[in-house]
Amino acid sequence: MNTTTQKGMFGKEYAWRGIAVLCGLFVIALTLVIGAFLIYKGSDTFLKFGHTLWEFLGSAKWHPVDSAEGGGAAGALIFITGSLVTCGLALLIATPFALGSAIFMTEISARFGEKFYRPVVEIFAGIPSVVYGWVGLTVLVPFIRNVFDRQVGHSILAAGIVLAVMIFPTITSVSADAILAVPDACRKAAYGLGSTRWQTIRHIVIPAAAPGIISGIILGLARAFGEALAVSMVIGQTTALPKSIFSTTKTLTTEIASQMGNAMEGGELKSALWSMALLLFLVSLLFITLIHYFTNKGKAKAEGGKA
Amino acid sequence: MLKTKFEIEHLNLHYGSFHALKNISMKIPANEITAFIGPSGCGKSTFLKTLNRMNDLEENVTIDGTVRMDEKDIYSEMDAITLRHDVGMVFQQPNPFPKSVYDNVAYGPRIFGIRKKSQLDEIVERSLRQAAIWNELKDRLKKSALGLSGGQQQRLCIARTLAIQPKVILMDEPTSALDPISTSKIEDLAMELKKDYTIIIVTHNMQQAARISDKTAFFLLGEAIEYGKTEDIFARPQDKRTENYITGRFG
Ligand SMILES: Nc1ncnc2c1ncn2[C@@H]1O[C@H](COP(=O)(O)OP(=O)(O)O)[C@@H](O)[C@H]1O
Ligand SMILES: [Mg+2]
Repeated sequence: MNTTTQKGMFGKEYAWRGIAVLCGLFVIALTLVIGAFLIYKGSDTFLKFGHTLWEFLGSAKWHPVDSAEGGGAAGALIFITGSLVTCGLALLIATPFALGSAIFMTEISARFGEKFYRPVVEIFAGIPSVVYGWVGLTVLVPFIRNVFDRQVGHSILAAGIVLAVMIFPTITSVSADAILAVPDACRKAAYGLGSTRWQTIRHIVIPAAAPGIISGIILGLARAFGEALAVSMVIGQTTALPKSIFSTTKTLTTEIASQMGNAMEGGELKSALWSMALLLFLVSLLFITLIHYFTNKGKAKAEGGKA
Repeated sequence: MLKTKFEIEHLNLHYGSFHALKNISMKIPANEITAFIGPSGCGKSTFLKTLNRMNDLEENVTIDGTVRMDEKDIYSEMDAITLRHDVGMVFQQPNPFPKSVYDNVAYGPRIFGIRKKSQLDEIVERSLRQAAIWNELKDRLKKSALGLSGGQQQRLCIARTLAIQPKVILMDEPTSALDPISTSKIEDLAMELKKDYTIIIVTHNMQQAARISDKTAFFLLGEAIEYGKTEDIFARPQDKRTENYITGRFG
């Protein structure tokens, strides 16, 4: 090999590395810029319009005025409650099914699971949320109205179910990967001690895969938390604290999506919406941190470090 | 005269169309150490696994012939789960669960329904003592078993097996992944345990077989070529192929 081609080779190596580093830095910078921008915009509620953090998080009085004079009320409790309740309900519904499916497609019927079930689940993950919302509106909402004998079928229940269907594939495939990563030697050891299949799954496989399963659940939760479109189609969009799962209400994302177009730039309403966006940003940071925590815990478990 | 633990008659095993065990018949005595030796791929592990039906977990395995333990046919008169309560197994690679030392040993008793803390404590201590590892581990019972050395892990796996109080312990090359000191600890342990248990050990280390076993079976290409007292097999092998193997002429 002569020196010119070597030089060319290393030159390319450096060029590629440079591009990769630049892209990485760009993404980091973008995240920081978005964060800074949200803080800048979202802080007006507190600094310019003089609302307290306690009012924003703890009050259900939502009358921000749509002008720069301010003086309204900016309590986002309704939306925070709406988001928490719909997402909680979605998790409650989706997690058992997702875990059951993940166990089924890995431990019970691996061949059918890998060939058929997993591709189907992955297709579900790729369907745009407007489709889920529309199907929910057309099928689920009338169904709830008739079965539970309500005036309207739009409800937290409808939103929870639609979100559950949306996050089910995420939780399923992440959990299935976590279960597949449990070494076969563990299963053999369990069978060798006279465990039944269910005992092996329940006491060995699931605990060993737990950090990965929890990551999947948080990932699903993050998706549910950020979903605006499908939820707004079935939740009934009422500015009131919910009284039961049949109540109509709003979430952080649905309120931002429906109001941001109308609100005046620099007004109190717009600032309050920005504060809600900042809250969403912080919550998603929290989710990511948790996922990292559990992923590392899973690694430590597999390698035998401190776990 | 020693009691017979296993009586194997005309045992054949196929993996798909591959004939892995060919017409094996032998009687394995209780409270002795029986060693299976032979070049790798000759079917030692396969044969060992027929004794606790671990082969049931694999696909495309067909077995014919009979295997009786204490005069009961383990394939037709017992279910695999109950059988494995009596026939414990230690694997080639130490395979502790990703749990604490305590939970590893308590796993078996717990799935048998023992819940009482005092009773579990007692079983854990007794099993770890039997496996000669209590002194090393008594202060780290709550620590992850994965942080132990390979030799400690393997003795922990033996303790975990002892905790289910089996009658037989199958060991598949239990020291092949270990250093010489850990190896000799496990060999001493096996000799200690044979008072109370029947031990069957697969090894490709002939010195190990000669050191610790009472009976030795030599396998080649799925056949049990020669089986008898260990000192006879090593001093006066009857079959030319056995002689070639133990004198190191092949394998
Ligand atoms: N699950 C299996 N499927 C197909 N063939 C197997 C399987 N397990 C082992 N074998 C084959 O059976 C033969 C005996 O294997 P094994 O019992 O593991 O040998 P040993 O333990 O003596 O090294 C080998 O040729 C091996 O390739
Ligand atoms: Mg083997």
